Amino acid sequence: MAVKSIISRPVYGTLSPQPGSDHLLIADAEGAAAILDLAKSAPADFFAEAEIVFIPRDTGEKYIAALKALQPARFYEGPSIAAALPRLRQRLSTAHMGLRLYLTGTEGLIGQAMQAALEAGIDHKSIQTEQRGSLARRVQCVHCKGITEDVTTQPARCSHCGLMLLVRDHYSRRIAAFQGVCINAEDPSQVPPMEEMFK
Amino acid sequence: MSTGTTKLDVTVADVVPVNELVTRFHFRPTDGGLLPTFSGGAHVVVEMRDGDTTRLNPYSLMSSPLDTAEYTISVRRDDAGRGGSLFMHRAVKPGDRMVVSYPVNLFSLDLRAKKHLMIAGGIGITPFMAQTAQLAATSGNFELHYACRTASLFTYGDTLAERYGRRIHLYHDDRGEKIELTRLLSSQPLGTHLYVCGPAPMIDWVRRTAAEAGWPPETVHFEHFSAPQPGVPFDVELAVSGKTIHVGEQQSLLEAIEAAGVDPPYLCRGGVCGQCETNVIASDGKFLHNDHWLTEEEHRSGRKIMPCVSRFEGRSLVLER
Repeated sequence: MAVKSIISRPVYGTLSPQPGSDHLLIADAEGAAAILDLAKSAPADFFAEAEIVFIPRDTGEKYIAALKALQPARFYEGPSIAAALPRLRQRLSTAHMGLRLYLTGTEGLIGQAMQAALEAGIDHKSIQTEQRGSLARRVQCVHCKGITEDVTTQPARCSHCGLMLLVRDHYSRRIAAFQGVCINAEDPSQVPPMEEMFK
Repeated sequence: MSTGTTKLDVTVADVVPVNELVTRFHFRPTDGGLLPTFSGGAHVVVEMRDGDTTRLNPYSLMSSPLDTAEYTISVRRDDAGRGGSLFMHRAVKPGDRMVVSYPVNLFSLDLRAKKHLMIAGGIGITPFMAQTAQLAATSGNFELHYACRTASLFTYGDTLAERYGRRIHLYHDDRGEKIELTRLLSSQPLGTHLYVCGPAPMIDWVRRTAAEAGWPPETVHFEHFSAPQPGVPFDVELAVSGKTIHVGEQQSLLEAIEAAGVDPPYLCRGGVCGQCETNVIASDGKFLHNDHWLTEEEHRSGRKIMPCVSRFEGRSLVLER
């Protein structure tokens, strides 16, 4: 569970059905369970006006049948977040007011889908979010600006420039990433031990 | 004391009757130069010295924010009101020196919006005059739906139609023309923000319909044109300053506090900004809450009051002022 350590660190809620005419639910991995939980309190006709976008990641087939059983108007299963994003942007570009967005799963999924939503003019406070499953972080190296996905360790190695990064709680909604700052700039020979912090 | 706002000395440059109910006033700085910049939706508080009575009424600025050589306001005459609009209509003449507050904006555009959908009723058009001018100058995407009772009372309807053509939609009540709100709201592109200014029932209708249609609260902006309501006179004890004051029938509680020489903070004088929020120390009677600031729970608690618009009926009221 995310804790508000500094002001930019996002915290997440629990999905709940909102009034609207078009419900877009986007989940990765264990986020599927949050959609199934939402369904328990949703009005009977909720999924008739809903689209579910699901990226199973390491959950494989575990949730697919249960999500389809909700009988959403549309169901899309994608191989990766990156593959789902252009589709999401296209969908938002032609949508109307009345669309409500529900994001659940990893922070990487929530952050990147929210980034696309902000570009489409949706206020971040208008979006329902719920973090589920892995606490892995999407991290931007402040030195080379490269982004490393699914960071679970502290410190972490930048996948672009190779620097050892302290993963901070400092978060950018615009970039959809936490900030990583070189942890041993004074003496690169000092390599602190890596611990698995964001499982 | 107006919070953070300095006063501006202005001279009435022009007084223009617009129709049978509305008159426009032009203010220029008395010592020349330019007035402070403002953004569309801002208001100023106009000080009216009417004999022994001082009234402080907020009015939306309706001139273009791109031109700060003058501020203009439009005042609708309210024959049943507390006298501020009648004073403006009858007593204020070109050449008069007046005092207005710095502009304050409690109804600003959200410039992140992809489109601005505006809904106005009656004299609620005034903030949109400034907002449409601001957006037009920056190629902003807007659409205005404006309802009025009759063609002769359609304040600036022609002006707007001439300036902005098909972006302006006019609805005459007496011709049975109605804003088809549900359809209008459902056809707006994602990223649209909604703005409404007009009579309270219209604002309530628009907010309720938008909420039901799934418009998040962050996208719905509204400005109540609420003036203090007259009512039964009552007495109040101001515990901090050790004074007992009388609130007259035509006076607001805030005005009575000010008349006693106590200077609480204020900004909007219309029950929305929250500046004059005052703690109740003791009370025996009924509160008549008219503000849009306190929560319903706070209204029920009887521990807070907004003296700019709310009143009291009963035996005794002690305030922390």
